[in-house]
Amino acid sequence: MISPAIRSATISVLVENEAGVLARVIGLFSGRGYNIDSLTVAPVDDNGHRSRINIVTSGTDMVIEQIKAQLDRLVPVYKVADLTLGGPHIAREMALIKVIATGEPRAEALRLADAFRARVVDATTESFVFEMTGSSGKLDAFAALMRPLGLAEVSRTGVAALARGTTII
Amino acid sequence: MSQSQTAPDPIETQEAGAEVLLRALKEQGVEVIFGYPGGAVLPIYDAIFQQNAIRHILVRHEQAAVHAAEGYARSTGRVGCVLVTSGPGATNAVTGLLDALMDSIPLVCLTGQVPTHLIGNDAFQEADTTGITRPATKHNYLVKRPEDLARVVHEAFYVARSGRPGPVVIDLPKDILIGKAPYVSAATTEHRSYRPQTEPDRTAIARAVALLKSAKRPVIYTGGGVINAGPAAGAAMTALVRRMGYPITNTLMGLGAYPSNDPQFLGMLGMHGTYEANLVMHGCDVMLNIGARFDDRVTGRLNAFSPNSKKIHIDIDPSSINKNVPVDIAIVGDAGRAIAMLAEAWDADPTPVDRPAIAAWWQQIAEWRGIDCLKFTQAPAPGSIIKPQHAIQRLYDITRELGRETFITTEVGQHQMWAAQYFRFDQPNRWMTSGGLGTMGYGLPAAMGAQIAHPDALVIDIAGEASILMNIQEMSTLCQYRLPVKVFILNNQYMGMVRQWQELLHGGRYSESYTDALPDFVKLADAFGGHGLRATSVDQLDDVIREMIASPRAVIADICVDQKENCFPMIPSGAPHNEMILGTDSNIADAGAAKLTDAGMALV
Ligand SMILES: Cc1cc2nc3c(=O)[nH]c(=O)nc-3n(C[C@H](O)[C@H](O)[C@H](O)COP(=O)(O)OP(=O)(O)OC[C@H]3O[C@@H](n4cnc5c(N)ncnc54)[C@H](O)[C@@H]3O)c2cc1C
Ligand SMILES: Cc1ncc(C[n+]2csc(CCOP(=O)(O)OP(=O)(O)O)c2C)c(N)n1
Ligand SMILES: [Mg+2]
Repeated sequence: MISPAIRSATISVLVENEAGVLARVIGLFSGRGYNIDSLTVAPVDDNGHRSRINIVTSGTDMVIEQIKAQLDRLVPVYKVADLTLGGPHIAREMALIKVIATGEPRAEALRLADAFRARVVDATTESFVFEMTGSSGKLDAFAALMRPLGLAEVSRTGVAALARGTTII
Repeated sequence: MSQSQTAPDPIETQEAGAEVLLRALKEQGVEVIFGYPGGAVLPIYDAIFQQNAIRHILVRHEQAAVHAAEGYARSTGRVGCVLVTSGPGATNAVTGLLDALMDSIPLVCLTGQVPTHLIGNDAFQEADTTGITRPATKHNYLVKRPEDLARVVHEAFYVARSGRPGPVVIDLPKDILIGKAPYVSAATTEHRSYRPQTEPDRTAIARAVALLKSAKRPVIYTGGGVINAGPAAGAAMTALVRRMGYPITNTLMGLGAYPSNDPQFLGMLGMHGTYEANLVMHGCDVMLNIGARFDDRVTGRLNAFSPNSKKIHIDIDPSSINKNVPVDIAIVGDAGRAIAMLAEAWDADPTPVDRPAIAAWWQQIAEWRGIDCLKFTQAPAPGSIIKPQHAIQRLYDITRELGRETFITTEVGQHQMWAAQYFRFDQPNRWMTSGGLGTMGYGLPAAMGAQIAHPDALVIDIAGEASILMNIQEMSTLCQYRLPVKVFILNNQYMGMVRQWQELLHGGRYSESYTDALPDFVKLADAFGGHGLRATSVDQLDDVIREMIASPRAVIADICVDQKENCFPMIPSGAPHNEMILGTDSNIADAGAAKLTDAGMALV
């Protein structure tokens, strides 16, 4: 029997880089009521013909299978891979995090940033912008720590993901 | 997207985009376009004027152009072609496009667009056609560069007919149609990303055969996919099912794939399917689904659907498999190929079927058949009111007696269900109905398209008086092209299907389902230049049917039927298959209330 539990899935989609392809993918998710937790897209080959879309979504196994089948039947789609099911994979996200603070909170923000290996990419006497790359969970945790210290703004890229080892989609 | 392997024409020999378009359509084998002109497509109309290979049929509304192309496509197995202008032309076509998408009908629809430099400026008759039609098509294109034009046309036809068929829109800015464009032939273009799987997996076929051989209470349930796979697939399936000796049922979209007068045929299944078909689905131990999509009209309440069966599902579209109903053996591929492989594996496997169990199963089926769920009583005395079921039964008997090749289309409502129940089909592609979208107004233009494709055949639209008014303007097209389509209206003065639900679910409050001021359909036929007939009592029925069929013209036959008749059997929405309401239940409102849940009430 198929499990009714909700799980998260990181899905990679290789698409022809043509007009409207992103609208097709997003329209599919909104039209059929699927979740999008994160979505990124960019060309990934030399001549810009193909783009890779990374989607983090959630649903029951049956829904996630359906999402993959629906993506796969879009005409400009080459390949769909479920990285979560396909074995070990890495999923990374980058965030820019602005903290506005002076005095002790400012010093504390800098100490924590160091512990989290966040880089300072902009600084004034009242603010920092940290750049941080890692799993979405790590980014969430860092942002949560910054909140009481003067977290002002966050900008995140969404997830980019690849299978580990020699596996390619 | 694809690349051409040969160099395109040099610029000096290039033709205007509109010419290139027509050349590509011809290469794709297009003989007929259903369309309606406007400013943005005038260059195409000018090119059409100057040639004879492609015939243009001028409809009276763009929605009808699309349905006509659907009728043409469904009755021939070819790709239908539509041409409409920008803005309102394109938006009028949307209902037809979605209809074709839901029913897997291959179409290519050309839409005009404002010139590329004006796109996005709210120009006159501009619409974001690719945006609007994206969820209503299998795929769509906006041609922005002349060098893409010919390739996109070839690709569109490839996409429309390959895999699970569907409608494709090509949006054509006017400057692309006027300016020069290079031609490339279809042979030099190949689609880069779209390669649907058509060849089934042999090991899955073998497992399916083993399961089918072990069955004690099997059923074969087939749908529109077998029609899509072509007449040869239907014939091969019929031969295989006869060798198996198992019962078979068809969906609304699958009717005609298996001869309906054959003793193994249980009739249609689902909401208005037969008692025996639904109980067989409910009680079976092995189910073989070929090219059907476990639609909610078919399954009833999902958690009570065929609870004790192992299920095999053959479908060309992986997204149809495990969408609504989880199955045990999934086979992705073309139904025609799968049937051929199944037949081969079935014959090669020496395991005998469980004869005693199958005989007992047929015994049980005979009992269910004994209920005679489609029974109705027609008062025979002259002057008696006509029962709608009787009208269809006589239409069927008389056409069969005449032996002419007959194509039936329908509108949407009770008459559609009665047509499915009482008109019987022995061949595929003879039955055209709007199943997935349920579009009132489909039948008349679809009949027009079928008649264009089969000029000598008898083409009948079985209609309701409400539905027919949704595209009645096409009577004018029929008369212009002397298309002798017959419109057979079961006139109950009600939106009967709506009235039936109101009787069943809303305390008999017939809110807005009665039409107070219907036109005089006989005069209406006359006004369009057709022929009008009417039957108001049972003794007039046969004469009207015969006169309708004999007429060389377009005919509207207004058959005034019992206004209160309901369509049975019926599984109320959200109920399981074994909780059908039969016409013999003395009070349908009570029977309905007993079988209906609150959750079911919310369903359509
Ligand atoms: C008022 C009303 C009442 C209705 N009541 C009923 C009812 O009682 N019973 C009923 O059955 N329907 C009924 N319908 C129709 C219903 O809504 C669906 O349209 C219908 O059941 C779907 O039929 P299908 O499963 O055969 O699928 P289709 O819509 O015909 O889909 C075909 C399936 O086959 C697949 N396919 C396509 N080509 C191929 C190929 N070459 N090889 C393999 N697979 C292929 C497709 O991917 C798809 O999954 C009703 C409709 C209306 C408007
Ligand atoms: C375009 C459209 N609008 C509304 C409906 C909802 N609807 C389904 S059946 C029906 C009534 C059809 O009446 P009629 O054509 O007289 O057929 P009958 O049921 O009486 O045979 C309606 C309004 C629909 N299917 N299509
Ligand atoms: Mg009616």
